[in-house]
This record gives sequence, structure tokens and C-alpha cells, in this order.
Amino acid sequence: MSRLAATFEALAKTGRKALIPFITAGDPHPNFTVAMMHAMVEAGVDVIELGVPFSDPVADGPVIQRASERALAHKMSLKRTMDIASEFRQTNQQTPVVLMGYLNPIEAMSYEGFANAAQRADIDGVLTVDLPPEEAKECCDLLKARGIDTIFLLAPNSSDERIKKMDEVGSGYLYYVSLKGVTGAGHLNSVDVENKLQQIKQHTRLPVAIGFGVKDAETAKTIGNIGDGVVVGSALISKIEAHLDQPELAKNEIVALLTAMRLALDSLSAL
Amino acid sequence: MTEKYNMPDERGHFGPYGGIFVAETLIPAVQELNAAYQRYMHDPEFIAEMDADLQHYVGRPSPLYHAERWSNELGGAQIYLKREDLNHTGSHKINNTVGQALLAKRMGKTRIIAETGAGQHGVATATVAARLGLECVVYMGSVDVARQSLNVYRMKLLGATVIAVESGSKTLKDALNEALRDWVTNVDNTFYIIGTVAGPHPYPAMVRDFQAIIGREARQQCLEQTGRLPDALVACVGGGSNAIGLFHPFINDASVKMYGVEAAGDGVETGRHSAPLSAGRPGVLHGNRTYLMSDDDGEIIETHSISAGLDYPGVGPEHAWLKDTGRAQYPNITDNEALEGFHALTLMEGIIPALESSHAMAYTMKLAPTMRKDQIIIINLSGRGDKDMQTMAKREGIEL
Ligand SMILES: Cc1ncc(COP(=O)(O)O)c(C=O)c1O
Repeated sequence: MSRLAATFEALAKTGRKALIPFITAGDPHPNFTVAMMHAMVEAGVDVIELGVPFSDPVADGPVIQRASERALAHKMSLKRTMDIASEFRQTNQQTPVVLMGYLNPIEAMSYEGFANAAQRADIDGVLTVDLPPEEAKECCDLLKARGIDTIFLLAPNSSDERIKKMDEVGSGYLYYVSLKGVTGAGHLNSVDVENKLQQIKQHTRLPVAIGFGVKDAETAKTIGNIGDGVVVGSALISKIEAHLDQPELAKNEIVALLTAMRLALDSLSAL
Repeated sequence: MTEKYNMPDERGHFGPYGGIFVAETLIPAVQELNAAYQRYMHDPEFIAEMDADLQHYVGRPSPLYHAERWSNELGGAQIYLKREDLNHTGSHKINNTVGQALLAKRMGKTRIIAETGAGQHGVATATVAARLGLECVVYMGSVDVARQSLNVYRMKLLGATVIAVESGSKTLKDALNEALRDWVTNVDNTFYIIGTVAGPHPYPAMVRDFQAIIGREARQQCLEQTGRLPDALVACVGGGSNAIGLFHPFINDASVKMYGVEAAGDGVETGRHSAPLSAGRPGVLHGNRTYLMSDDDGEIIETHSISAGLDYPGVGPEHAWLKDTGRAQYPNITDNEALEGFHALTLMEGIIPALESSHAMAYTMKLAPTMRKDQIIIINLSGRGDKDMQTMAKREGIEL
């Protein structure tokens, strides 16, 4: 069983929800990321989404765009992101790591080269924002052959047909984008999210993590109550951005926020 | 090519190029657009309305003009100019915006967005939006806002909101990024009018079909005026819409050579250029697979060109395919050569071309002398140079 499947299965047994932070690899500096990952695990996260910086992140709002720019200024790349994941893995064998990014860096490496490198780095899952299932087969098969999950997105306007397709091709979990927009945007309507999750769950047995619009412990709790996991990104990166010269301070604030989210999520299973 | 050319396939592929590479939220939007495009491109009422607009509003057909003096001066092939500069708003861009705006209306969309580089597509979009009473937002890199300020003012007069994009290289690529972000956010009521043969399927095929009127007219006009087909076609390539518009109706005419001219900026060897077909590699950006200017890590490289409309790191996927199959050639022209082309046409024929089109002029100055006097070149004069007066004056140290 993949590390992701095992993680979600263990959570389900105790009725707990996955807490999934997203940070951009190499932001604000490549030296910072591994320590940040370990600190987040200590704060109680279950899966880490590691953003691969890209020059043209069209699905991201300003906060994650700037994180990408800062990382690229330090020559961060897909290869170096995998180096970071590898280094993290030396002292953590439990926590799944999912690479989240755009297709062009993978194309530049070649699908097979990428799949091999991801296997060597012991990556658990790959989520490529601009690679829908119709175009994903070749890459997906190469990853699958190496025991790596491919995570697909679902959106508020995804049809039943689309959800079924994601259930077929995806593994690990499905990522529900809770609003129409870019990362870091707007307000979350929990009734809409709840209705959509009911529709999604009719067509898949994969765990569904929900992201976009999770800002604090309260929104984490609301969303955690609906899905199997909660993804938080821009809210964490805002802390990094607020303390660019003091990454230790940023780390402490991120840990505090994740700890509060963990408590809020666990209060759900205690009910 | 013996079989009839019939690209792209159902999912928008030109060989390995093209396709649909967008985030999930946009999938329903491109599917909805594709359904509308497939339906209305064969709908006699839609076609009649579009043709009437092209005739009475845009001013088509545009002339095919024999540049006799210039041809004699160069001493080779006879040069004919397809006068897209004479269209309403001053470039070929309006052929496409008229078509897409009519589609938007049929689809019940109330808000139009667009990206623009030189501002010609932005102006052409703001123009049709004004006419149809649709809200219009145009994204433009802040570098381009500065160098094409005349067009920014035109768009504002036409009632559009122009948003200066400050991210990345602050040019056309970044305007496209921002327009895609807007679309994903406002996907229910918004129609994104892409200005070139880029983006996810169906855009490359759809924009080509709207621009192919250039080549259909040119083919017929050439036969009428000279009794034969041309020997060569020349057009500049930014995203590639004016070039594919001219080329497409000739693809099955094996005797007609095709030259798409990329912008070499300071020279391809300097790395400061916008010539992905000459010096790029295949990759994925803005919804399709094509040749791109990207580094070994797959990050997109900044582009350089004197002409804002050619300052783009990608190119339409159909051109990638035509390059690989050898059906078309893609030479490149530096900023300085383009300026020579600009002055040559202006002085020899009394026609001031856009800096984009000047790249096609400059390449023709190399090509024509290598051909016989009884041979024919058609150049796509994609736009007029009024918008570039400030850039030209500045380069020559003149304050306007
Ligand atoms: C006059 C003119 N020609 C050419 C172009 C380049 O676009 P394309 O390659 O799509 O024709 C532009 C773009 O702004 C333009 O304004």
C-alpha cells in the first residue's frame, strides 16, 4: 500500500481528518525548507504538499506567485525540489510528500527522467495543475509503475462524468478546489462545498481533500467537517512573506497556526 | 503532402503539439466553447452575420496590392501586399475578435476579457465589445503599456478597462497569465477572446479559422490579378495568427512555399530574442504543447523584441507542426533588420507598416532577390505603423 493510502486509512480508522500544508520549495531560501517540513510534522500535519516553483504559475494568486519568484531567485528547480524531499526523507519515513506544480518543468526533464528521479527521492504523489487526465496517461503510467500516486483536481463546476473519470485515473486522494479562482482567493461558501462533496462522494471512494480558502482554525474545522482532509497554502506562505528576514519567526508562526488547525480538526473526531 | 491537410484532431492535437493543458476549473469552459465553435462554424445564420460584419464594419475584402516599385528595386520576385493594415482598427486582429465576440453573444456571455501585447488585439477587442455593449477588460504587461501608450488610450476611449500587469517580464506572456487567472475566477459570465493561435484547444484552430479569410481572399485575388498561385508567402510570427491565416488556405498547394518570420531581437545567438521555433524547445505553456523559450529546468525565459506583438516565448502549436513536417520554414529577423524593412516599405511604397509586419518586409528583402522576376511573393502586411511612431521616434532620438 502506498504511503498516502496508508495515511488516509489510518486517519479514517480513528475518524480523524488529514491536515495538509502547502509550501513552495526554496521559499524564502532553499536552506529553510527541510527544517520547515520537519517542524510542520511536529505540529501534527499528515501529508506535505511541496510546491515546485514555476515562472508562470497561472493557477496561483499573488501570494504563491511571489513565493515562486523568491524561490526561483535562488535557482530553485524541480530537480532541487526533489533534492529537498530526499533530504527530508532521510529522517522522516512516515509523512507522505506530494509534489505540486506545473507541467513544463516535468516536460523539460522528460516524463521518464522525472518518474525515475521522483522514485529515487521517494516522492509519494504528484499533482500537476495543468495536466488534465486526457493528456496525463503517459506520465501517470510511468509514475504508477514506480508506486507513485497521481493526484487530480476537481472543481465546483466539475460534472458527474468528470468526477468518475478522476476516480478512475487518480489515486492517493482527490483534491477539491473549493472555489472558482486562483489560490489564496475569496470566501468559502460551506453550504456549496458540502453539496458538492456529496455529489463527489457518490462517484469515488478515494479520500477527498479540500483546498482554496482555508485561512485559520475555524475555516479548517468547517472544511474538515465536510471532507477527508484540509489543504492550507497561502495562509502559511503569508507568514513567510511577513518575516522574510526572520525565517525562524515565520516558522514559529506557521507551527502555531498548524497546531491550532490540528486541535480544531481533532475536536471534530472527539464529537 | 499528398493527403488533404486536416489538422487538428478531435482533441486539438497537431501531431504531438496543441491539446488541452489547463486547470480543472477551465475544462468545462473550454468544452462549452468548443461545443459552441463546432456548432456555429457550420451555422449559415452565424456565418452570414459574421460575413456581413467583416464586409461592412471591418472593410473586407482587404486589397492585394502589387508593390511594383519595391519589386523593381529589389530586382527579383513580384511582391504583393495583403493589406490587413487597412482593416478597421488597423490590423488583422479584428478578423478574429469579430468572430469570437459573435460567439460570446450566442453563448450568452456578458463580459469579455483579452490579453494584448502591441495593443492591436486589445483595441480590436475593445472595439467589438463597444459595438455589442459588452463589458471589456484588457490585460497588458506594464512594459507594453509604456511602449504602446497610444493604443492604451484608444482602448480606454472605447470603454475598456486596461489592467497593467506587473508580474514576470511584464509583457505579453504575463498578460496572458493574468487573463487566464481572471477567466478561472469569472468563468460563468466571461468569454476570453485570445488574440492569437495559442491557448488550449479550440483556440488555435478557432482563431486560425477566423483568420483564414486572409488567405482565402489572397488566393482568389492572386488568381484574378495574375492568373496563377503565388510562389511564396511571408508573414511575421508572434503567436502566429496572421501567418496561419495567410498560410492555411494554401497548405495543400505544394508549390507555394511558406515563410513565418520570427523576431530575433538582438540576434538569436545573443539569447535576447523571441524566436522559439528557431531556438526553442517543445514544452507546455498557456494550455498547449508547442515550441517554447525555456531553460534546462523548464522555466520560461524572458523574451526580447522591438515589437511588442512579437515579444512572446511561445508560438501556435500548428506552426510547431508545420515546422517539424517541413511544410513551412521559420527564418528570423533582428530588430535592426526589421527597422530597415520598416523604412524601405515606407519610402518605396508610401505605406508605413507596423513593427511586427516590418519583420516580414525585412525577410522579403532577402528572399525576393533570390527569385525570378516572374515569380510572386505575397506578404501579409498585418498592421499599420501608427502605433509605433513613439518607439521609432525614440530610437531616432526625436521627441514628439
Ligand atoms: C500588426 C501585428 N502583426 C502581428 C502581430 C503578431 O501576432 P500574430 O503572430 O498572432 O499575428 C501583432 C500582435 O500584436 C500585430 O499587432
